[in-house]
Amino acid sequence: MTTPVVPLTEDEARRRRQRRNSIALGLVLGFLVLLFYALTIVKMGPGIFTQRDL
Amino acid sequence: MAFIDDSKGYIASAGEARVEDYVALLKPRVMSLVVFTAIIGLLLAPGGINPVVAVISILCIAVGAGGSGALNMWYDSDIDAIMSRTRNRPIPAGRVTRGEALAFGLICSGFSVGILGLATNWVAAGLLAFTIFFYAVVYTMWLKRATPQNIVIGGAAGAFPPMIGWAAVTGDVSLPSIVLFLIIFLWTPPHFWALALYKQGDYGAAGIPMLPNVAGEPATKRQILIYSIILVATTFLPNAIHMSGWLYGAVAAVTGASFLYFAWRLFRSRDVLSMKKIARTLFTYSLSYLFIIFLALMTDHVGQFLGWVK
Repeated sequence: MTTPVVPLTEDEARRRRQRRNSIALGLVLGFLVLLFYALTIVKMGPGIFTQRDL
Repeated sequence: MAFIDDSKGYIASAGEARVEDYVALLKPRVMSLVVFTAIIGLLLAPGGINPVVAVISILCIAVGAGGSGALNMWYDSDIDAIMSRTRNRPIPAGRVTRGEALAFGLICSGFSVGILGLATNWVAAGLLAFTIFFYAVVYTMWLKRATPQNIVIGGAAGAFPPMIGWAAVTGDVSLPSIVLFLIIFLWTPPHFWALALYKQGDYGAAGIPMLPNVAGEPATKRQILIYSIILVATTFLPNAIHMSGWLYGAVAAVTGASFLYFAWRLFRSRDVLSMKKIARTLFTYSLSYLFIIFLALMTDHVGQFLGWVK
């Protein structure tokens, strides 16, 4: 049995669009976090991972 | 001074935009050429760069170029609504508000310059900031609507990316990077005037003083030929300053001869139909030409590194 296709209301369509935009924004922010992390490691050099006695 | 009228009949409300609209604001097609030439500039530069930093630099240059594209669409939304080529852009189509485009452009520009400065050096970041300023303010707000020489001077904005890529590695502006700049700078007028020749109705309707509308077709064809000759001569500068070898020289000679052939045929065209046809051919060819020239520079460089090219 097939489910009848129910057209989206304008409000629903807007909510979906906003949800997609929020996900995209989240991904961009996540990417920026990774970018700054990678950049910090590169700038500080591999020595950052070497444990040193204080 | 140009004036932007907000009441153009395209009313967008905040939150209507989709992700694709923001991507469109970044002018991805222009961005692809910027990325390509910036990568070549970065790879040709002497010295080394960390691969992660190199990728971040290219990303910053791409986003910076995209940000200036968004600022261009923000300012030009009134004329974009008139021209068939630009009518479906997010702002005139009513999917993005002008305020959203402005904010997006400023954020992309600010972040790209800041991150490039932190990742590489402030010479490269300064050049990127100047490029954005040049495209968004000098070209878009001032030259585009004021003079038929708009793209001659404004073309500098598109010519900076290989110089930024170079500066990201070396931290300076040297003769080879200026040569890369000159090639794109001199390529821009024949490229855009060829487009303007077969799209002049559009530009005329929008009130943009492109050369064919202001000086006429014969003058435009003559200017295209003159700039093409200077451009092709300039493409041999990498050989003259011993930046490239015979491989690049051979490619520059063959592709340059074809460029001059199309420019000459356009100059000699008599009726409107054949003129528009050759103008379209030259426009399409000029895109491949720039791509081939930069690719040849890179191939030659790799060949020299491996000892295949002298």
